Amino acid sequence: MISWLAQHRNALFDALGRLRKSPLNTLLSLLVIGISLTLPSAAWLLLDNVRSLAQGAANVQQISLFMSLDASRQDSEAVAQRLRQLSQGQNHESPNLRWRFVPRADALADLKAGPGMAEIISSLPQNPLPDAFIVDPVEHDAAALSALAEQFAQWPKVAHVQLDSAWVKRLDAFLRLGKNLIVLLSVLFASGLIAITFNTIRLQIFAQSAEIELAQLIGASSAFLQRPFHYFGALQGALGGLFAALLVAVGQHLLTPPVAELVTLYGGQFVLHGLSWSEHAILIASASALGWLGAQLSLLIHLQQNKSA
Amino acid sequence: MIVANALSKRYAEGLIALDQLSFCIEPGELVLLTGHSGAGKSTLFRLIAAIERPTSGSILVNGQNLGALKAHAIPYLRRQLGLIFQDQKLLFDRSVLDNVLLPLAITGLPLKEAKRRARAALDKVGLLAREKAQPIALSGGEQQRLAIARAVVNRPAILLADEPTANLDSDSAAQILEIFRAFHQVGVSVVIASHDTQWISHLKPRLFHLKQGKLLPPLDPAPALGSTHPDQKQ
Repeated sequence: MISWLAQHRNALFDALGRLRKSPLNTLLSLLVIGISLTLPSAAWLLLDNVRSLAQGAANVQQISLFMSLDASRQDSEAVAQRLRQLSQGQNHESPNLRWRFVPRADALADLKAGPGMAEIISSLPQNPLPDAFIVDPVEHDAAALSALAEQFAQWPKVAHVQLDSAWVKRLDAFLRLGKNLIVLLSVLFASGLIAITFNTIRLQIFAQSAEIELAQLIGASSAFLQRPFHYFGALQGALGGLFAALLVAVGQHLLTPPVAELVTLYGGQFVLHGLSWSEHAILIASASALGWLGAQLSLLIHLQQNKSA
Repeated sequence: MIVANALSKRYAEGLIALDQLSFCIEPGELVLLTGHSGAGKSTLFRLIAAIERPTSGSILVNGQNLGALKAHAIPYLRRQLGLIFQDQKLLFDRSVLDNVLLPLAITGLPLKEAKRRARAALDKVGLLAREKAQPIALSGGEQQRLAIARAVVNRPAILLADEPTANLDSDSAAQILEIFRAFHQVGVSVVIASHDTQWISHLKPRLFHLKQGKLLPPLDPAPALGSTHPDQKQ
């Protein structure tokens, strides 16, 4: 166990030594890996922010229930009771939806308060507005929203249910497209990272062919020979991931004030959020794993060639 | 112990490097493999070190049949051997001490203990004072002694040397052979492949004469070393 740990420690120090030995090469590799990982990470973050922005936008994903004009107070109370049950769902602490009742009198008063509307409203023989419910679902999935709207439409004395489903569907389609593009981008740049590590390890194997040959002759196992390269690939990947995380954080820091200002101009409030701790961990761990994979592929091909040479 | 039975090695081009060799080298023996260039000395060296596999017959090293040895077991066998190569295979970008530390790093010995043992090995071959030097700064004899220190640092039971005195002056060759004698005296089996019998004669080794891949019968009484086997005279 002690010798196994000593071998791993030696391999780790060996890998760190290789990174330090050629600082310019290391820096350039990290720069390329960092930028490669920044693009999909930043795109992911952008998409996540767009999703948050869309979810936070007022009225975008609300469902309005309009009662019939002949609906009585009891009819409205029955709908309110159904909504109450739905909102409590299975979990009282995180309700499935939020809702509020807008009595027809209040709606008329609001309408009347609009500029130039008072005179028009006064000329009407009676209140033309129905009682209404404004429902704000927690679930923003387009299909779920449509299903909910259909359910509401079945309730007695509900005359009309309004969901801006086209907008929701467009947003949903946009987010799905964005997600697919990010997956594609991630695959492309992950392949790039693997290729960079593959080539770096290839060059190292060629440069150290004499040492590798000697080590094989005097009893080095394959694991002993491969370990420093695995550590190198994983370390290079992890450092590249860290660099990418840093670039994303800098980008977020620079863009937050202008985005907030822009949203304010549209009457909203929005703060651009960065990667969470778990997302940082995933980014660095994935980069490290890809580096390890690049090293493994290179070792499989080039160490075998070295052996047979 | 090294035991060969009808050991043969043929290469793809049809060349027969070793033909039906049978012998036994007991623990603690000193053996000189001799013969002209191309006689098969280096091939036998490579077979004993499991660098190559026999085409037919068998060779057992410390009880392990090398022909049937699985690939993953070969490194562990080689750690029981001390190998000294014809071209020495020193790492010229590492210090003398680091060269000797390599076999110990392979076995996973903690660094502190590894350094202690590496320095002891360097001391045995008279290179302790040069531990920080680069191998390129050493003379030919010193480089060969460094190769020996690296071979013995893991305390092998068998020491295999391929042409250890080639290209060395008489003083350096004498120093190298004294080192071999010292290891032989403490019970290490020493197998030296060399065409140069002159310098090795005073070690009084057991002689294996090879000619065109065949082991020539031993002479009785023991031949005067430094002379050529009658069958090898052209």
